Amino acid sequence: MSDLTIARPGGALTNLAVRTEALTMIGRCLRLSRRNVEALITSLALPVIILLLFVYLFGGAIQTGGAYVTYVVPGVILLAATFGAGTTAVSVSLDMSTAVIDRFRSMGIRGASVLSGQVAASVARNLVSGVLVVGVAFAIGFRPHAGALAWLATAGVLTMFIVAISWLSAALGLLAKTPEAANGFSFLVTFLPYASSAFVPIATMPGWLQGFSRNQPVTPVIETVRALLLGTPVGDNAWTAVAWCAGITVVAVTMCAELFRRRTA
Amino acid sequence: MYGVRMERTPYKDNDWAVETAGLMKSYRDLPVLGGIDLTVPRGSVFALLGPNGAGKTTMVRILSTLVKPDAGRARVAGFDVLRQRRQVQRRIALTGQYAAVDDLQTGAENLRMMGRLRGLGRAETERRSAELLAEFDLADAARRRVGTYSGGMRRRLDLAASLLGNPEVIFLDEPTTGLDLPSRQATWRNISARARDGITILLTTQYLEEADQLADRIALLDGGAIVAQGSPAELKTRVAERRLDLTLADPVSFEGVARRLGDRAVTHDPTQLLLGVATDGSAANVRALLDEVDPHRDAVSAFTVHTATLDDVFLALTQNETRKETADV
Repeated sequence: MSDLTIARPGGALTNLAVRTEALTMIGRCLRLSRRNVEALITSLALPVIILLLFVYLFGGAIQTGGAYVTYVVPGVILLAATFGAGTTAVSVSLDMSTAVIDRFRSMGIRGASVLSGQVAASVARNLVSGVLVVGVAFAIGFRPHAGALAWLATAGVLTMFIVAISWLSAALGLLAKTPEAANGFSFLVTFLPYASSAFVPIATMPGWLQGFSRNQPVTPVIETVRALLLGTPVGDNAWTAVAWCAGITVVAVTMCAELFRRRTA
Repeated sequence: MYGVRMERTPYKDNDWAVETAGLMKSYRDLPVLGGIDLTVPRGSVFALLGPNGAGKTTMVRILSTLVKPDAGRARVAGFDVLRQRRQVQRRIALTGQYAAVDDLQTGAENLRMMGRLRGLGRAETERRSAELLAEFDLADAARRRVGTYSGGMRRRLDLAASLLGNPEVIFLDEPTTGLDLPSRQATWRNISARARDGITILLTTQYLEEADQLADRIALLDGGAIVAQGSPAELKTRVAERRLDLTLADPVSFEGVARRLGDRAVTHDPTQLLLGVATDGSAANVRALLDEVDPHRDAVSAFTVHTATLDDVFLALTQNETRKETADV
Protein backbone atom coordinates (compact mmCIF):
# COMPACT_ATOMS: atom_id res chain seq x y z
CA MET A 1 0.00 0.00 0.00
CA SER A 2 2.55 2.54 1.11
CA ASP A 3 4.70 1.49 -1.82
CA LEU A 4 2.11 2.77 -4.23
CA THR A 5 1.64 6.19 -2.70
CA ILE A 6 5.19 7.34 -2.00
CA ALA A 7 6.14 10.33 -4.10
CA ARG A 8 9.30 10.33 -6.17
CA PRO A 9 11.69 13.24 -5.73
CA GLY A 10 9.99 15.06 -8.61
CA GLY A 11 6.70 14.81 -6.72
CA ALA A 12 4.93 12.53 -9.20
CA LEU A 13 3.13 9.54 -7.77
CA THR A 14 4.69 6.17 -8.31
CA ASN A 15 1.86 4.55 -10.26
CA LEU A 16 3.72 5.58 -13.37
CA ALA A 17 7.01 4.53 -11.82
CA VAL A 18 5.61 1.09 -10.98
CA ARG A 19 4.44 0.66 -14.56
CA THR A 20 7.77 1.82 -15.99
CA GLU A 21 9.55 -0.53 -13.61
CA ALA A 22 7.46 -3.53 -14.64
CA LEU A 23 7.64 -2.70 -18.36
CA THR A 24 11.42 -2.26 -18.17
CA MET A 25 11.76 -5.60 -16.41
CA ILE A 26 9.52 -7.30 -18.97
CA GLY A 27 11.64 -5.83 -21.75
CA ARG A 28 14.76 -7.06 -20.02
CA CYS A 29 13.59 -10.65 -19.59
CA LEU A 30 12.08 -10.96 -23.07
CA ARG A 31 15.40 -9.80 -24.51
CA LEU A 32 17.43 -12.12 -22.30
CA SER A 33 15.19 -15.06 -23.12
CA ARG A 34 15.31 -14.38 -26.85
CA ARG A 35 19.10 -14.25 -26.76
CA ASN A 36 19.58 -17.38 -24.71
CA VAL A 37 19.32 -19.33 -27.94
CA GLU A 38 19.96 -22.87 -26.68
CA ALA A 39 17.43 -22.65 -23.88
CA LEU A 40 14.95 -21.04 -26.26
CA ILE A 41 15.21 -23.77 -28.89
CA THR A 42 14.86 -26.46 -26.24
CA SER A 43 11.79 -24.86 -24.74
CA LEU A 44 10.16 -24.42 -28.16
CA ALA A 45 11.09 -27.78 -29.66
CA LEU A 46 10.38 -29.97 -26.62
CA PRO A 47 6.57 -29.59 -26.72
CA VAL A 48 6.51 -30.59 -30.41
CA ILE A 49 8.63 -33.64 -29.63
CA ILE A 50 6.26 -34.54 -26.79
CA LEU A 51 3.31 -34.25 -29.16
CA LEU A 52 4.92 -36.59 -31.70
CA LEU A 53 5.92 -38.96 -28.91
CA PHE A 54 2.41 -39.26 -27.54
CA VAL A 55 0.68 -39.49 -30.91
CA TYR A 56 2.99 -42.02 -32.56
CA LEU A 57 4.36 -44.04 -29.62
CA PHE A 58 1.56 -44.17 -27.05
CA GLY A 59 -1.38 -43.09 -29.16
CA GLY A 60 -1.94 -46.43 -30.83
CA ALA A 61 -2.42 -48.14 -27.49
CA ILE A 62 -4.76 -45.57 -25.94
CA GLN A 63 -8.48 -45.72 -26.74
CA THR A 64 -10.22 -42.38 -26.35
CA GLY A 65 -13.06 -42.85 -28.81
CA GLY A 66 -11.65 -40.62 -31.55
CA ALA A 67 -8.37 -39.52 -33.13
CA TYR A 68 -5.80 -39.53 -30.34
CA VAL A 69 -4.08 -36.42 -31.69
CA THR A 70 -7.29 -34.46 -31.18
CA TYR A 71 -7.62 -35.84 -27.68
CA VAL A 72 -4.05 -35.13 -26.67
CA VAL A 73 -3.30 -31.61 -28.03
CA PRO A 74 -4.64 -29.69 -24.97
CA GLY A 75 -2.69 -32.04 -22.72
CA VAL A 76 0.54 -31.51 -24.63
CA ILE A 77 0.20 -27.73 -24.38
CA LEU A 78 -0.37 -28.00 -20.63
CA LEU A 79 2.45 -30.47 -20.15
CA ALA A 80 4.69 -28.11 -22.10
CA ALA A 81 3.67 -25.30 -19.74
CA THR A 82 4.75 -27.41 -16.78
CA PHE A 83 8.07 -28.21 -18.45
CA GLY A 84 8.38 -24.47 -19.01
CA ALA A 85 7.93 -24.12 -15.25
CA GLY A 86 11.31 -25.78 -14.82
CA THR A 87 12.95 -23.31 -17.20
CA THR A 88 11.35 -20.39 -15.40
CA ALA A 89 12.18 -21.60 -11.89
CA VAL A 90 15.82 -22.18 -12.84
CA SER A 91 16.00 -18.85 -14.63
CA VAL A 92 14.61 -17.00 -11.58
CA SER A 93 16.98 -18.85 -9.27
CA LEU A 94 19.99 -18.03 -11.47
CA ASP A 95 18.95 -14.42 -11.83
CA MET A 96 18.55 -14.01 -8.06
CA SER A 97 22.17 -15.02 -7.56
CA THR A 98 23.51 -12.29 -9.87
CA ALA A 99 24.83 -8.90 -8.85
CA VAL A 100 22.22 -7.29 -11.12
CA ILE A 101 19.45 -8.25 -8.70
CA ASP A 102 21.43 -6.78 -5.79
CA ARG A 103 21.61 -3.53 -7.67
CA PHE A 104 17.86 -3.64 -8.41
CA ARG A 105 17.18 -4.25 -4.74
CA SER A 106 19.45 -1.42 -3.65
CA MET A 107 17.42 0.81 -5.99
CA GLY A 108 14.19 -0.26 -4.32
CA ILE A 109 12.82 -2.06 -7.38
CA ARG A 110 9.87 -4.16 -6.22
CA GLY A 111 10.02 -7.93 -6.29
CA ALA A 112 6.76 -8.07 -8.21
CA SER A 113 8.32 -5.96 -10.99
CA VAL A 114 11.50 -8.02 -11.20
CA LEU A 115 9.50 -11.24 -11.35
CA SER A 116 6.86 -9.94 -13.72
CA GLY A 117 9.70 -9.78 -16.24
CA GLN A 118 10.48 -13.46 -15.75
CA VAL A 119 6.80 -14.36 -15.84
CA ALA A 120 6.24 -12.39 -19.05
CA ALA A 121 9.16 -14.17 -20.71
CA SER A 122 7.81 -17.51 -19.51
CA VAL A 123 4.30 -16.76 -20.82
CA ALA A 124 5.73 -15.64 -24.15
CA ARG A 125 7.81 -18.83 -24.53
CA ASN A 126 4.82 -21.00 -23.66
CA LEU A 127 2.44 -19.22 -25.99
CA VAL A 128 4.85 -19.54 -28.89
CA SER A 129 5.41 -23.22 -28.16
CA GLY A 130 1.63 -23.68 -27.86
CA VAL A 131 1.15 -22.20 -31.33
CA LEU A 132 3.88 -24.49 -32.68
CA VAL A 133 2.21 -27.53 -31.15
CA VAL A 134 -1.17 -26.64 -32.67
CA GLY A 135 0.47 -26.05 -36.05
CA VAL A 136 2.25 -29.41 -36.06
CA ALA A 137 -0.89 -31.11 -34.73
CA PHE A 138 -2.86 -29.81 -37.70
CA ALA A 139 -0.24 -31.24 -40.00
CA ILE A 140 -0.61 -34.71 -38.48
CA GLY A 141 -4.39 -34.91 -38.43
CA PHE A 142 -5.71 -32.68 -35.61
CA ARG A 143 -9.26 -31.77 -36.64
CA PRO A 144 -11.12 -29.72 -34.01
CA HIS A 145 -14.67 -28.47 -34.52
CA ALA A 146 -14.24 -25.03 -33.03
CA GLY A 147 -15.43 -21.63 -34.20
CA ALA A 148 -13.51 -18.38 -33.78
CA LEU A 149 -15.11 -17.72 -30.40
CA ALA A 150 -14.21 -21.16 -29.10
CA TRP A 151 -10.62 -20.68 -30.26
CA LEU A 152 -10.49 -17.35 -28.48
CA ALA A 153 -11.87 -18.91 -25.30
CA THR A 154 -9.33 -21.74 -25.63
CA ALA A 155 -6.48 -19.26 -25.94
CA GLY A 156 -7.85 -17.38 -22.93
CA VAL A 157 -8.06 -20.43 -20.66
CA LEU A 158 -4.64 -21.72 -21.71
CA THR A 159 -3.09 -18.27 -21.17
CA MET A 160 -4.60 -18.09 -17.68
CA PHE A 161 -3.15 -21.50 -16.89
CA ILE A 162 0.26 -20.54 -18.27
CA VAL A 163 0.27 -17.28 -16.27
CA ALA A 164 -0.65 -19.18 -13.10
CA ILE A 165 2.04 -21.83 -13.62
CA SER A 166 4.63 -19.16 -14.50
CA TRP A 167 4.04 -17.22 -11.27
CA LEU A 168 4.09 -20.49 -9.36
CA SER A 169 7.42 -21.44 -10.92
CA ALA A 170 8.83 -17.99 -10.18
CA ALA A 171 7.87 -18.54 -6.53
CA LEU A 172 9.53 -21.98 -6.57
CA GLY A 173 12.63 -20.40 -8.09
CA LEU A 174 12.75 -17.90 -5.21
CA LEU A 175 12.12 -20.59 -2.63
CA ALA A 176 14.97 -22.76 -3.86
CA LYS A 177 18.47 -22.00 -2.60
CA THR A 178 20.14 -23.30 -5.79
CA PRO A 179 19.13 -23.63 -9.46
CA GLU A 180 19.30 -27.44 -9.07
CA ALA A 181 16.79 -27.31 -6.23
CA ALA A 182 14.58 -25.00 -8.29
CA ASN A 183 14.58 -27.58 -11.07
CA GLY A 184 13.72 -30.29 -8.55
CA PHE A 185 10.78 -28.33 -7.12
CA SER A 186 9.36 -27.84 -10.59
CA PHE A 187 9.03 -31.61 -11.06
CA LEU A 188 6.10 -31.47 -8.66
CA VAL A 189 4.35 -29.23 -11.15
CA THR A 190 5.39 -31.36 -14.12
CA PHE A 191 3.74 -34.37 -12.50
CA LEU A 192 0.27 -32.82 -12.44
CA PRO A 193 -0.73 -33.28 -16.12
CA TYR A 194 0.13 -37.01 -16.02
CA ALA A 195 -2.33 -37.58 -13.20
CA SER A 196 -5.13 -35.78 -15.03
CA SER A 197 -7.35 -36.45 -18.02
CA ALA A 198 -4.63 -34.97 -20.28
CA PHE A 199 -3.33 -38.22 -21.76
CA VAL A 200 -5.68 -41.00 -20.67
CA PRO A 201 -9.31 -40.93 -19.57
CA ILE A 202 -9.56 -40.78 -15.76
CA ALA A 203 -11.89 -43.79 -15.73
CA THR A 204 -8.94 -45.98 -16.73
CA MET A 205 -6.97 -45.03 -13.60
CA PRO A 206 -7.02 -46.96 -10.32
CA GLY A 207 -9.77 -45.86 -7.98
CA TRP A 208 -7.52 -44.23 -5.37
CA LEU A 209 -5.97 -41.98 -8.01
CA GLN A 210 -9.26 -40.98 -9.63
CA GLY A 211 -10.28 -38.76 -6.71
CA PHE A 212 -7.05 -36.78 -6.96
CA SER A 213 -7.13 -36.62 -10.74
CA ARG A 214 -10.69 -35.27 -10.87
CA ASN A 215 -10.02 -32.57 -8.27
CA GLN A 216 -6.69 -31.13 -9.31
CA PRO A 217 -6.24 -27.95 -11.38
CA VAL A 218 -5.12 -29.52 -14.67
CA THR A 219 -8.20 -31.66 -15.26
CA PRO A 220 -10.80 -28.85 -15.42
CA VAL A 221 -8.48 -26.84 -17.70
CA ILE A 222 -8.04 -29.84 -20.01
CA GLU A 223 -11.74 -30.64 -20.02
CA THR A 224 -12.64 -27.02 -20.77
CA VAL A 225 -10.21 -26.79 -23.67
CA ARG A 226 -11.25 -30.17 -25.05
CA ALA A 227 -14.93 -29.27 -24.90
CA LEU A 228 -14.27 -25.93 -26.59
CA LEU A 229 -12.25 -27.51 -29.38
CA LEU A 230 -14.60 -30.43 -29.97
CA GLY A 231 -17.74 -28.35 -29.67
CA THR A 232 -19.17 -30.39 -26.74
CA PRO A 233 -20.79 -28.79 -23.65
CA VAL A 234 -18.26 -27.14 -21.36
CA GLY A 235 -20.35 -27.35 -18.17
CA ASP A 236 -18.91 -26.25 -14.83
CA ASN A 237 -15.37 -27.10 -15.89
CA ALA A 238 -14.75 -23.59 -17.23
CA TRP A 239 -15.56 -21.93 -13.91
CA THR A 240 -13.55 -24.47 -11.96
CA ALA A 241 -10.60 -23.94 -14.32
CA VAL A 242 -10.79 -20.15 -14.04
CA ALA A 243 -11.07 -20.36 -10.25
CA TRP A 244 -8.02 -22.64 -10.03
CA CYS A 245 -5.91 -20.42 -12.29
CA ALA A 246 -6.90 -17.22 -10.49
CA GLY A 247 -6.34 -18.85 -7.10
CA ILE A 248 -2.89 -20.18 -8.01
CA THR A 249 -1.91 -16.80 -9.49
CA VAL A 250 -2.96 -14.85 -6.39
CA VAL A 251 -1.18 -17.24 -4.02
CA ALA A 252 1.97 -17.36 -6.18
CA VAL A 253 2.20 -13.56 -6.62
CA THR A 254 1.83 -13.11 -2.86
CA MET A 255 4.50 -15.74 -2.26
CA CYS A 256 6.83 -14.04 -4.74
CA ALA A 257 6.48 -10.62 -3.10
CA GLU A 258 7.09 -12.08 0.35
CA LEU A 259 10.01 -14.31 -0.68
CA PHE A 260 11.71 -11.51 -2.59
CA ARG A 261 11.35 -9.23 0.41
CA ARG A 262 12.77 -11.89 2.73
CA ARG A 263 15.91 -12.16 0.70
CA THR A 264 16.67 -8.74 2.19
CA ALA A 265 17.26 -9.97 5.73
CA MET B 1 28.93 41.22 6.97
CA TYR B 2 31.05 41.09 10.07
CA GLY B 3 31.06 37.73 11.85
CA VAL B 4 29.08 35.87 9.20
CA ARG B 5 30.83 32.98 7.55
CA MET B 6 29.36 31.88 4.26
CA GLU B 7 31.18 28.63 3.74
CA ARG B 8 29.76 25.39 5.10
CA THR B 9 31.05 24.22 8.42
CA PRO B 10 32.72 20.97 7.46
CA TYR B 11 31.63 18.85 10.40
CA LYS B 12 28.12 20.01 11.10
CA ASP B 13 25.86 17.37 12.63
CA ASN B 14 23.63 16.84 9.62
CA ASP B 15 26.42 17.04 7.13
CA TRP B 16 27.36 13.39 7.15
CA ALA B 17 26.75 11.42 4.00
CA VAL B 18 27.12 8.25 6.04
CA GLU B 19 26.78 7.94 9.78
CA THR B 20 26.71 4.71 11.76
CA ALA B 21 26.62 4.00 15.47
CA GLY B 22 27.14 0.63 17.11
CA LEU B 23 26.43 -1.26 13.91
CA MET B 24 26.47 -5.00 14.57
CA LYS B 25 25.85 -8.01 12.37
CA SER B 26 26.35 -11.74 12.82
CA TYR B 27 25.66 -14.58 10.43
CA ARG B 28 24.36 -17.38 12.63
CA ASP B 29 26.93 -17.52 15.41
CA LEU B 30 29.68 -15.84 13.44
CA PRO B 31 30.09 -12.16 14.34
CA VAL B 32 30.98 -10.11 11.26
CA LEU B 33 30.62 -6.56 12.53
CA GLY B 34 31.18 -5.80 16.19
CA GLY B 35 29.76 -2.33 16.70
CA ILE B 36 30.94 0.04 13.98
CA ASP B 37 30.91 3.82 14.51
CA LEU B 38 31.65 5.67 11.34
CA THR B 39 31.12 9.14 9.88
CA VAL B 40 31.74 10.11 6.29
CA PRO B 41 31.57 13.84 5.46
CA ARG B 42 29.54 14.82 2.42
CA GLY B 43 31.54 15.13 -0.75
CA SER B 44 34.48 13.13 0.55
CA VAL B 45 36.06 9.90 -0.59
CA PHE B 46 36.16 7.41 2.24
CA ALA B 47 37.98 4.09 2.08
CA LEU B 48 37.18 1.07 4.19
CA LEU B 49 40.43 -0.78 4.10
CA GLY B 50 40.86 -4.30 5.35
CA PRO B 51 41.79 -7.89 4.57
CA ASN B 52 39.34 -10.52 3.30
CA GLY B 53 36.69 -11.33 5.86
CA ALA B 54 37.13 -8.05 7.74
CA GLY B 55 33.45 -7.19 7.23
CA LYS B 56 33.82 -4.65 4.42
CA THR B 57 31.19 -6.14 2.13
CA THR B 58 28.71 -6.63 4.99
CA MET B 59 29.17 -2.97 5.86
CA VAL B 60 28.41 -1.91 2.27
CA ARG B 61 25.41 -4.24 2.08
CA ILE B 62 23.93 -2.75 5.24
CA LEU B 63 24.49 0.81 4.04
CA SER B 64 22.94 0.05 0.66
CA THR B 65 19.82 -1.46 2.33
CA LEU B 66 20.47 -5.02 1.17
CA VAL B 67 21.10 -6.43 4.64
CA LYS B 68 19.55 -5.49 7.96
CA PRO B 69 21.91 -4.92 10.89
CA ASP B 70 21.30 -6.85 14.12
CA ALA B 71 21.89 -3.77 16.24
CA GLY B 72 22.94 -0.15 15.94
CA ARG B 73 21.78 2.45 13.47
CA ALA B 74 22.95 3.79 10.15
CA ARG B 75 22.01 6.91 8.22
CA VAL B 76 22.86 7.46 4.58
CA ALA B 77 22.33 10.84 2.88
CA GLY B 78 20.52 11.88 6.04
CA PHE B 79 18.01 9.00 6.11
CA ASP B 80 17.78 5.91 8.27
CA VAL B 81 18.59 2.75 6.30
CA LEU B 82 15.84 0.77 8.05
CA ARG B 83 13.03 3.24 8.64
CA GLN B 84 13.55 5.40 5.53
CA ARG B 85 14.73 2.77 3.10
CA ARG B 86 13.10 4.24 0.01
CA GLN B 87 14.57 7.68 0.60
CA VAL B 88 18.00 6.09 0.99
CA GLN B 89 17.56 3.92 -2.10
CA ARG B 90 16.76 6.92 -4.27
CA ARG B 91 19.99 8.66 -3.28
CA ILE B 92 22.54 5.88 -3.50
CA ALA B 93 24.21 3.74 -6.10
CA LEU B 94 25.80 0.39 -5.42
CA THR B 95 28.62 -1.09 -7.43
CA GLY B 96 29.33 -4.46 -5.94
CA GLN B 97 32.26 -6.80 -6.24
CA TYR B 98 30.74 -8.46 -9.29
CA ALA B 99 29.66 -6.34 -12.23
CA ALA B 100 25.90 -5.80 -12.07
CA VAL B 101 25.26 -5.90 -15.80
CA ASP B 102 23.51 -8.42 -18.04
CA ASP B 103 25.86 -10.32 -20.35
CA LEU B 104 23.14 -10.89 -22.92
CA GLN B 105 22.32 -7.20 -23.26
CA THR B 106 24.50 -4.66 -25.02
CA GLY B 107 26.24 -1.90 -23.09
CA ALA B 108 23.73 0.65 -24.34
CA GLU B 109 20.80 -1.61 -23.44
CA ASN B 110 22.10 -2.08 -19.91
CA LEU B 111 22.39 1.67 -19.41
CA ARG B 112 18.98 2.31 -20.94
CA MET B 113 17.45 -0.20 -18.54
CA MET B 114 19.07 1.49 -15.53
CA GLY B 115 18.03 4.95 -16.68
CA ARG B 116 14.39 3.88 -17.04
CA LEU B 117 14.44 2.17 -13.64
CA ARG B 118 15.83 5.35 -12.12
CA GLY B 119 12.80 7.16 -13.43
CA LEU B 120 14.57 9.16 -16.14
CA GLY B 121 12.55 9.91 -19.26
CA ARG B 122 13.45 8.29 -22.58
CA ALA B 123 15.23 11.33 -24.00
CA GLU B 124 17.08 11.98 -20.75
CA THR B 125 18.11 8.33 -20.57
CA GLU B 126 19.48 8.39 -24.10
CA ARG B 127 21.36 11.61 -23.51
CA ARG B 128 22.92 10.52 -20.21
CA SER B 129 23.76 7.05 -21.56
CA ALA B 130 25.56 8.52 -24.55
CA GLU B 131 27.50 10.90 -22.28
CA LEU B 132 28.52 8.14 -19.90
CA LEU B 133 29.47 5.71 -22.68
CA ALA B 134 31.73 8.37 -24.17
CA GLU B 135 33.20 9.33 -20.81
CA PHE B 136 33.91 5.72 -19.89
CA ASP B 137 35.46 5.01 -23.26
CA LEU B 138 32.75 2.56 -24.26
CA ALA B 139 31.12 4.39 -27.15
CA ASP B 140 32.56 1.97 -29.72
CA ALA B 141 31.43 -1.08 -27.75
CA ALA B 142 27.98 0.30 -26.93
CA ARG B 143 26.19 -1.97 -29.40
CA ARG B 144 28.07 -5.10 -28.44
CA ARG B 145 26.81 -7.59 -25.92
CA VAL B 146 28.47 -7.25 -22.53
CA GLY B 147 29.40 -10.94 -22.69
CA THR B 148 32.09 -9.95 -25.20
CA TYR B 149 33.58 -7.22 -22.95
CA SER B 150 36.90 -7.47 -21.10
CA GLY B 151 36.95 -7.33 -17.30
CA GLY B 152 37.94 -3.67 -17.33
CA MET B 153 35.16 -2.74 -19.77
CA ARG B 154 32.56 -4.52 -17.64
CA ARG B 155 33.64 -2.62 -14.55
CA ARG B 156 33.52 0.67 -16.42
CA LEU B 157 30.03 -0.08 -17.70
CA ASP B 158 29.04 -1.13 -14.20
CA LEU B 159 30.25 2.17 -12.78
CA ALA B 160 28.54 4.10 -15.58
CA ALA B 161 25.28 2.24 -14.88
CA SER B 162 25.41 3.23 -11.23
CA LEU B 163 25.76 6.91 -12.16
CA LEU B 164 22.61 7.18 -14.26
CA GLY B 165 20.36 8.26 -11.44
CA ASN B 166 22.62 11.11 -10.23
CA PRO B 167 23.23 9.49 -6.84
CA GLU B 168 24.42 11.49 -3.82
CA VAL B 169 26.37 8.61 -2.33
CA ILE B 170 28.12 5.84 -4.24
CA PHE B 171 29.20 2.58 -2.65
CA LEU B 172 32.02 0.81 -4.44
CA ASP B 173 32.82 -2.64 -3.12
CA GLU B 174 36.37 -3.52 -4.18
CA PRO B 175 36.08 -1.59 -7.44
CA THR B 176 39.40 -2.74 -8.88
CA THR B 177 39.79 -6.30 -7.60
CA GLY B 178 40.92 -8.51 -10.47
CA LEU B 179 41.75 -5.63 -12.83
CA ASP B 180 45.08 -5.11 -14.53
CA LEU B 181 47.06 -1.93 -13.85
CA PRO B 182 45.82 0.22 -16.76
CA SER B 183 42.19 -0.68 -16.01
CA ARG B 184 42.77 0.02 -12.34
CA GLN B 185 44.23 3.43 -13.10
CA ALA B 186 41.33 4.21 -15.43
CA THR B 187 38.91 3.29 -12.66
CA TRP B 188 40.79 5.53 -10.22
CA ARG B 189 40.52 8.43 -12.64
CA ASN B 190 36.78 7.86 -13.01
CA ILE B 191 36.29 7.69 -9.25
CA SER B 192 38.31 10.87 -8.69
CA ALA B 193 36.24 12.65 -11.33
CA ARG B 194 33.04 11.69 -9.48
CA ALA B 195 34.51 13.04 -6.25
CA ARG B 196 35.22 16.34 -7.98
CA ASP B 197 31.52 16.45 -8.94
CA GLY B 198 30.77 16.49 -5.21
CA ILE B 199 29.46 12.93 -4.95
CA THR B 200 30.31 11.17 -1.71
CA ILE B 201 32.15 7.93 -2.33
CA LEU B 202 32.55 5.09 0.10
CA LEU B 203 34.81 2.41 -1.28
CA THR B 204 36.18 -0.79 0.14
CA THR B 205 39.55 -2.10 -0.82
CA GLN B 206 42.28 -4.49 0.15
CA TYR B 207 44.85 -2.32 -1.57
CA LEU B 208 46.59 0.32 0.50
CA GLU B 209 47.79 2.04 -2.60
CA GLU B 210 44.21 2.45 -3.73
CA ALA B 211 43.09 3.94 -0.43
CA ASP B 212 46.14 6.19 -0.36
CA GLN B 213 45.52 7.39 -3.94
CA LEU B 214 41.80 8.03 -3.68
CA ALA B 215 40.64 8.57 -0.15
CA ASP B 216 40.42 11.69 1.99
CA ARG B 217 39.88 9.46 4.97
CA ILE B 218 40.60 5.81 5.63
CA ALA B 219 39.15 3.46 8.20
CA LEU B 220 41.05 0.26 8.83
CA LEU B 221 38.62 -2.57 9.34
CA ASP B 222 39.87 -5.79 10.84
CA GLY B 223 37.86 -8.63 12.35
CA GLY B 224 34.65 -6.58 12.27
CA ALA B 225 36.09 -3.61 14.16
CA ILE B 226 37.63 -0.32 13.11
CA VAL B 227 41.21 -0.44 14.37
CA ALA B 228 42.29 2.97 13.11
CA GLN B 229 40.80 5.93 11.28
CA GLY B 230 42.18 9.09 9.79
CA SER B 231 43.61 10.75 6.70
CA PRO B 232 46.30 8.76 4.87
CA ALA B 233 48.91 11.18 6.30
CA GLU B 234 47.57 10.83 9.84
CA LEU B 235 47.65 7.08 9.62
CA LYS B 236 51.19 7.07 8.39
CA THR B 237 52.25 8.94 11.53
CA ARG B 238 50.85 6.02 13.53
CA VAL B 239 54.03 4.15 12.71
CA ALA B 240 57.58 5.43 12.79
CA GLU B 241 58.07 7.59 9.74
CA ARG B 242 61.52 6.11 9.14
CA ARG B 243 62.69 2.82 10.37
CA LEU B 244 66.13 1.28 10.69
CA ASP B 245 65.91 -2.36 9.63
CA LEU B 246 68.71 -4.51 11.02
CA THR B 247 69.66 -7.89 9.62
CA LEU B 248 71.34 -9.91 12.36
CA ALA B 249 74.22 -12.33 11.84
CA ASP B 250 72.73 -15.32 13.68
CA PRO B 251 69.93 -16.30 16.12
CA VAL B 252 72.12 -15.60 19.16
CA SER B 253 72.87 -12.06 17.97
CA PHE B 254 69.19 -11.64 17.19
CA GLU B 255 68.23 -12.52 20.76
CA GLY B 256 70.86 -10.21 22.19
CA VAL B 257 69.89 -7.18 20.11
CA ALA B 258 66.18 -7.85 20.58
CA ARG B 259 66.77 -7.84 24.37
CA ARG B 260 68.65 -4.54 24.19
CA LEU B 261 65.93 -2.91 22.07
CA GLY B 262 63.06 -4.26 24.17
CA ASP B 263 59.84 -2.31 23.41
CA ARG B 264 61.61 -0.08 20.93
CA ALA B 265 61.67 -2.85 18.31
CA VAL B 266 58.81 -1.91 15.94
CA THR B 267 59.28 -4.97 13.77
CA HIS B 268 60.42 -8.33 15.00
CA ASP B 269 61.01 -11.24 12.65
CA PRO B 270 63.12 -14.09 14.11
CA THR B 271 62.85 -16.31 11.01
CA GLN B 272 64.51 -13.68 8.80
CA LEU B 273 66.71 -12.39 11.69
CA LEU B 274 65.21 -8.93 11.10
CA LEU B 275 64.60 -6.19 13.68
CA GLY B 276 63.25 -2.69 13.06
CA VAL B 277 63.68 0.42 15.20
CA ALA B 278 62.47 4.00 14.77
CA THR B 279 64.98 6.52 13.49
CA ASP B 280 64.95 10.06 12.12
CA GLY B 281 67.12 8.84 9.26
CA SER B 282 70.12 11.07 10.06
CA ALA B 283 73.60 9.57 9.89
CA ALA B 284 74.26 10.55 13.50
CA ASN B 285 71.12 8.82 14.75
CA VAL B 286 71.76 5.66 12.71
CA ARG B 287 75.39 5.52 13.91
CA ALA B 288 74.35 6.00 17.53
CA LEU B 289 71.69 3.29 17.27
CA LEU B 290 74.13 0.83 15.71
CA ASP B 291 76.74 1.53 18.40
CA GLU B 292 74.14 1.12 21.10
CA VAL B 293 72.63 -2.21 19.98
CA ASP B 294 75.85 -3.71 18.66
CA PRO B 295 78.76 -2.46 20.81
CA HIS B 296 81.08 -5.31 19.67
CA ARG B 297 80.28 -4.71 16.01
CA ASP B 298 79.59 -8.37 15.25
CA ALA B 299 75.82 -8.80 15.64
CA VAL B 300 74.45 -6.61 12.82
CA SER B 301 75.41 -7.86 9.38
CA ALA B 302 73.43 -5.33 7.28
CA PHE B 303 70.96 -2.48 7.64
CA THR B 304 68.53 -0.42 5.55
CA VAL B 305 66.57 2.74 6.31
CA HIS B 306 62.95 2.30 5.43
CA THR B 307 60.42 5.10 4.88
CA ALA B 308 56.96 4.24 6.25
CA THR B 309 54.14 3.38 3.87
CA LEU B 310 50.51 2.69 4.58
CA ASP B 311 51.45 -0.97 4.38
CA ASP B 312 53.38 -0.56 7.60
CA VAL B 313 50.34 0.98 9.28
CA PHE B 314 48.19 -1.79 7.94
CA LEU B 315 50.49 -4.54 9.10
CA ALA B 316 51.16 -2.90 12.44
CA LEU B 317 47.49 -2.40 13.19
CA THR B 318 45.87 -5.49 11.71
CA GLN B 319 48.41 -8.08 12.69
CA ASN B 320 48.76 -7.24 16.37
CA GLU B 321 46.17 -9.84 17.21
CA THR B 322 47.76 -12.49 15.04
CA ARG B 323 51.16 -11.87 16.55
CA LYS B 324 49.80 -12.22 20.07
CA GLU B 325 48.15 -15.49 19.13
CA THR B 326 51.31 -16.95 17.64
CA ALA B 327 53.31 -15.76 20.63
CA ASP B 328 51.03 -17.68 22.96
CA VAL B 329 51.49 -20.97 21.12
